[in-house]
Amino acid sequence: MKPGERDIIIRTVCRLLVPFVQLFGLYVIMHGHSSPGGGFQGGAIIASSFILLAMGGGYDEVKRRFSLGALTATTSAGVLLYAGLGVVCLMLGANYLDYAALPVSDARSVGMLLIEIAVGITVTAAIISIFHDLVTFE
Amino acid sequence: MIWQLDLILLGLTVACALGAVQVRDLLTSVVLLSAFSLFMCLLWIEMGAVDVAFTEAAVGAGVTTVLFVVVVLKTERESQD
Amino acid sequence: MRYLHLVVTTLTGLLLIMGSLGMPATGDPDSPPSSHVSPRYIEQGYKETAVPNMVTFVLADYRSFDTLGEVTVIFTGAMAVLLILRGARSEAEE
Repeated sequence: MKPGERDIIIRTVCRLLVPFVQLFGLYVIMHGHSSPGGGFQGGAIIASSFILLAMGGGYDEVKRRFSLGALTATTSAGVLLYAGLGVVCLMLGANYLDYAALPVSDARSVGMLLIEIAVGITVTAAIISIFHDLVTFE
Repeated sequence: MIWQLDLILLGLTVACALGAVQVRDLLTSVVLLSAFSLFMCLLWIEMGAVDVAFTEAAVGAGVTTVLFVVVVLKTERESQD
Repeated sequence: MRYLHLVVTTLTGLLLIMGSLGMPATGDPDSPPSSHVSPRYIEQGYKETAVPNMVTFVLADYRSFDTLGEVTVIFTGAMAVLLILRGARSEAEE
């Protein structure tokens, strides 16, 4: 076994668990309306699934699937999506972040879902970014 | 709220916090901090704040523990004094 | 002087316990936090937003600015770590 390489049982179990953890994270984000949860918790769960993959299979494998620029851009994109939704409401003639102006049925509910998704994107990317910076720091 | 359960959870929380401060090994301290987060999470659930408990479990007991472990492994493990 | 920190900690703890004695009982419907805006959220929230989870609609709709600030804090934290750790590395490479 090379240094930095994990046992095959640990590697396999981590790989098998990751999709279920991610699915649960998405469920937590999408069902924040009717059950406990929301963007912050779901984002943390999705990010921890990547951390689990990094712990199970070595960090190099995770790093291959991420480009650093894209990670930073995603962190910003969540905040931009959040603030942008507020500007959209402003353009539709309502107050900043007043989702009732959105042209869909149950507008405030839909607006909240978009907000949760934006928060989830930011939290996921931020935690993975911090984890990457700490792991690769010499 | 059940006061006996409250008392047990609060006692364990305080014990974990004191242990995390007193223990010399940093990795043990991180694990005790994670246990502290877990008991805080149970306390939140017991008080009916399920959303806060969820955040505490995901962030406090999960992500910060991993980040602390990474930092401990990246720096000098033993203190010099 | 050796026991000064013990005295200060004990006094602060006693003050905090004294302060907590003045707090309203848990779940008291007449306490100030649950008598101004909370009834409005509980009575009108579901009708206005069609979201059953009270925590979600207060956080993401009525107090959306607060959540925007929270997200900005997370973003700033990630950027600070990036600048300190990644910036130090690129300086070391030069």
